[in-house]
Amino acid sequence: MDLENQRRVLDLTNEYGAENVVVVLGAAEGEAAGLAAETVTAGDPTFAGPLAGVQLGLRVYHCCEPEFKNEVDADVYDEQIGMMEMVLDVDDIIEEMTAIRSEFTKF
Amino acid sequence: MFPVLKAASYILAHTPEMVLNNGTTQTTEKIVNPESEYLKKVSSSLRSFDEVVSYPPNQCYIGNITPDELKEMGMPWVGKAVEGASTLGKKGEIYPEDVFIAMIKAADAFGLVILEKEFTEAVRPKLEGYKINEKMKNLPAGVELAKIEEEIEKRGAEALLFEGKIVGCVERAHDIDVNLNAHVIFENLVVKASGAMAMERLFTLNNIDPKDVDYVIECSEEACGDMNQRGGGNFAKSIAEMTDCMNATGSDTRGFCAAPAHTLIQAAALVKAGVYKNVVIAAGGATAKLGMNGKNHVEKGLPILEDAVAGFAALISENDGVNPIIRTDIVGGHTVGTGSSPQNVTGALTTSVLDKAGLSIKDIDRYSVEMQNPDITVPAGAGDVPTANYKMIAALGVMRKDLERSEINDFVANHGMVGWAPTQGHIPSGVPYLGFAIDDITSGKINRAMIVGKGSLFLGRMTNLFDGVSVVIEKNPGLQEEEGSISKEEIRSMVAEAMRDFAASLNQ
Repeated sequence: MDLENQRRVLDLTNEYGAENVVVVLGAAEGEAAGLAAETVTAGDPTFAGPLAGVQLGLRVYHCCEPEFKNEVDADVYDEQIGMMEMVLDVDDIIEEMTAIRSEFTKF
Repeated sequence: MFPVLKAASYILAHTPEMVLNNGTTQTTEKIVNPESEYLKKVSSSLRSFDEVVSYPPNQCYIGNITPDELKEMGMPWVGKAVEGASTLGKKGEIYPEDVFIAMIKAADAFGLVILEKEFTEAVRPKLEGYKINEKMKNLPAGVELAKIEEEIEKRGAEALLFEGKIVGCVERAHDIDVNLNAHVIFENLVVKASGAMAMERLFTLNNIDPKDVDYVIECSEEACGDMNQRGGGNFAKSIAEMTDCMNATGSDTRGFCAAPAHTLIQAAALVKAGVYKNVVIAAGGATAKLGMNGKNHVEKGLPILEDAVAGFAALISENDGVNPIIRTDIVGGHTVGTGSSPQNVTGALTTSVLDKAGLSIKDIDRYSVEMQNPDITVPAGAGDVPTANYKMIAALGVMRKDLERSEINDFVANHGMVGWAPTQGHIPSGVPYLGFAIDDITSGKINRAMIVGKGSLFLGRMTNLFDGVSVVIEKNPGLQEEEGSISKEEIRSMVAEAMRDFAASLNQ
């Protein structure tokens, strides 16, 4: 996750409280989604950004995961994400995200 | 008549020292984490020149093997070598770092690059044979190493290294102007030198006289100027000068990775409108992106694969009846109102424009999208970029009911290609296939290709909008007489008639 987005996540968490923040990712690969999820839960694994060593433990979902999909209007989802859902390896993404959440999410 | 895509060229300069000293992944790491494991391992993870030359995607980039042949070799390509690989390509060349440094000196119009004297004499003969401006090619005598070290230590000059040793430096062009500091001048000279090398290959390999070029459009991602006009320009003119295009002027077009596709359309439009007969589009490469994904590569035990600066050039000319035509009437674009969802973007660049032309997505034989080499991007967690693009086009086809869902993989295999281009932003974007497209279309292997360029504008922080344009190139139907024009036969018969009338009048 780039340094500026890490700063934004940190600022919003400080402003609203970690229990009130949910991060939604749109990464195209399970590995990339997992890295971003790790950054906002266990801290920046590259130790380069504002979240280095900061364990926010936020709730984090990929937009192709059912937890997110079931919360939004089906037509809007289809219009905005339907095509990409066909393209992405959704099972791999779910596996990565679930593993990170079960280990690091505090809420 | 539509303009034609006449020739294209591609170059790589193997620059391992610039990976270490100028790639932003490495320079950032030196600042934030100077004792990191990565920095300890990166030097020993660099490839040799021979490995870079024989690396299959690089041989594909300079035209020695086709994308189909590359695909047959099977991924990953790292660790594999093309038999009989050569630095000389059918469509370009791969240069070692010393030659590239000499080209940076040749590109230096203001005496800002100084080279060490022994290095200068050793590299001087290697510039022979390249068609660049004789005056520029004539490297001045080098200086003592102590003078170079003093410039680097006391005046912030950017060091130039070859095989681990300092062989020169790039000086700052102003004391306080950040746009003319040594770092910026260095990056800009790299763009100029690599762009000029690509244009030199374009002319030499295709027997093109540089004096026939009317206009050059440069489309890299750097900006040259000073504190009063940071992106004033003009790389295009400077490259035209270096490559002896005595009758050309030019300008720079910017649009992140999408810029080459924009310039292809602009060049085609200028020729179609009759403003110019021969327009060259060209771009140099970026040292900042060298080793960009190096951390992931080293972590996975791979060598640093982003170890070469790249350049390309292409010539767009008046219709010659032979080369593929650029369909200036089949142009797609992501507009301000398009929206940012992947299906909107893909639709705007492909199906919307094909619908207008009465074509289906299957009527395009080959799509040239972001042709990033997956050997580089997959280990970095960014996936196989061309394949993802083809799947998006196919998935859009499924949503439109042009394709069955079960046909997605066949579509990707039949209308797509594997990626082979280095991850230098604008370099892999649509244009790597131009050279092969000329061969594939003129040989009759395919009829039609679509060049798609996409760009991430948010990086410049001026807009969150995405960008992209696309254009179709297809088989030349041959020169046809324009409606309303007079054929040679008609002129002959008119002249004959006039002569008969004249003869008749003499007889009277």
